[in-house]
Amino acid sequence: MAQDTAQLLERPVESKAPATPAERTARRKSLLEWIAVHSLGVAAALFFTLPFVFVFLTSLMSDSQALSRDLVPHTWEWSNYRKVFDTPGFLTWWKNTLIYAGLGTVLTVVSSVPVAYALAKFRFRGRNLTLMLVISMMMLPPQVVVIPMYLFWAKQLDLSGTLWPMIIPLAFGDAFSIFLLRQFLMTIPNEYVDAAKVDGCGDLRTLLRVILPMAKPGIAAIALFQFFNAWNDYFGPQIYASENPGAWTLSYGLESFKGAHHTDWNLTMAATMLVLAPVLIVFFFAQKAFVEGVTLTGVKG
Amino acid sequence: MAATYTLRAKHRRSRLRTLAFLSPWLIGFTVFFAYPMISTVYFSFMHYDGFKPPTWSGTKNWKYVFESYPFFWPALRNTLWLVVIMVTLRVLFGLGIGMLITKIKTGTGVFRTLFYLPYLAPPVAATMAFAFLLNPGTGPVNSMLEKIGIPAPGWFNDPDWSKPALTLMFLWGIGDLMVIFMAALLDVPKEQYEAAQLDGASAWQRFRFVTLPNISPIIMFAVVTGVISAMQCYTQPLVAGKVASGVIQGAGTMFEPGYPEHSTLTLPQLVYNLGFQRFDYGSACVVALVLFALSMAFTALLMRRRGGLIQAGD
Repeated sequence: MAQDTAQLLERPVESKAPATPAERTARRKSLLEWIAVHSLGVAAALFFTLPFVFVFLTSLMSDSQALSRDLVPHTWEWSNYRKVFDTPGFLTWWKNTLIYAGLGTVLTVVSSVPVAYALAKFRFRGRNLTLMLVISMMMLPPQVVVIPMYLFWAKQLDLSGTLWPMIIPLAFGDAFSIFLLRQFLMTIPNEYVDAAKVDGCGDLRTLLRVILPMAKPGIAAIALFQFFNAWNDYFGPQIYASENPGAWTLSYGLESFKGAHHTDWNLTMAATMLVLAPVLIVFFFAQKAFVEGVTLTGVKG
Repeated sequence: MAATYTLRAKHRRSRLRTLAFLSPWLIGFTVFFAYPMISTVYFSFMHYDGFKPPTWSGTKNWKYVFESYPFFWPALRNTLWLVVIMVTLRVLFGLGIGMLITKIKTGTGVFRTLFYLPYLAPPVAATMAFAFLLNPGTGPVNSMLEKIGIPAPGWFNDPDWSKPALTLMFLWGIGDLMVIFMAALLDVPKEQYEAAQLDGASAWQRFRFVTLPNISPIIMFAVVTGVISAMQCYTQPLVAGKVASGVIQGAGTMFEPGYPEHSTLTLPQLVYNLGFQRFDYGSACVVALVLFALSMAFTALLMRRRGGLIQAGD
């Protein structure tokens, strides 16, 4: 404390003497740079946020105004949101999405954690090959294998028109989650594993007692990504659920909303807000997990 | 003798333990990757409509897709357009935004969050939003363009503008690239900039000779992952085309693929179109294999043993 005060006292008082021309140009240059950078920042911020603003404003317009070119609602029609909820099927899509996302997330975490752990901490022959295959699966467009998969679920197991063909595969590990979590576990020093071994822990106990508590941020990241994958998925429901509106999810149903309400842009935008908003709300509570996940998959392991 | 025995037992135990930990993925790999891949190759040589049992048709499906199916080449062209133009713009813009955010000193957190948010928008929701924003008749973007006297394009309703409209939407969702570039830019050693400054390097020279070499692996990463995701581009062009064409959709509705004039048709959409609308599973598998070959070629670039971007490491 005393030292801090001493330093404060010793710090030269800002001189009131006129700055030299060189100092003045430097100061003016850095002020100009500050202004340039921040006005570019504001311009970019407008580009990134205005679409949200317009969608929100339109969602509160009357149907006739949504077809006009005014940007701000004349009367704020909050009842649009009630109308969306009253649309037949909307609540069912909501429920289906939560089942798909919730159950899918739990299954993904439970099945991906041991695989990621083995890939990060065990030494065995074929480990690099396994990792390469995991990455290949991650990069594979779902359309490549969809024909046999559809025939398998629909013709052999008679499960088309349900959510199961989308949920069950997640019980067998998800390539992206395995890879992300493996990247995370690589950052935990091996000494923790060795110390647990010395203390007499088996592999399962080491994983559950030592690694899992440390891997919480990584697990939060894969859980969030998996939840939003299900939330955003359009292709899965289109292939497996399209024949049965009772099994549609929000993302799939949203597009049909535009069809059902042909020119009602206001209701369509209100429905769009209802699909968007939960994602944004969850993000505000879990920013760190998201950003960490993005950097982990983008950086060398 | 006894020592070797226990060692061997230990090895066996450790192999069993590895297998046990990997087992969910091993099953998943076999059932949801290996088996369907082999079946896709098998079906590509069969005639199969999903009702009558599949019959051998040789290379007929392959000939049909490459020679007479009218949508294959337009879809491949569109996919390549997205790969070249969209990926280039995304990397340049992502790098620009990443550099901008490292320069912003006031309200950094707010700017960062605002730039990142669009990345989270669900693809269908983002597409619905942009279909409305860019709607030639009622959209706010065109009404603003007209106010300042710029001729307003037809966006998703004009074959020349539909891909730029898609690109604009993907540039909006640049948040993930921004984060990756930002992390890389902050990792560039400060001393190198100071040394360059002492040598009298201009801002451009500092970027060219210090920043670029340091972040080039991340640029490569962004390019390759960008190419892979451009090839997978499915939901956004499909939904944009459907909404712009005003089609009422439901189970089994036919729609013009790639409205307008096939300009938003991509390879993944062809698999759906051939398989699930025309019930020609064999030809759909041919397109799936083309898509597979292209994706794996670029994935291999990501994973090359030396200089690969995702390394197995220890």
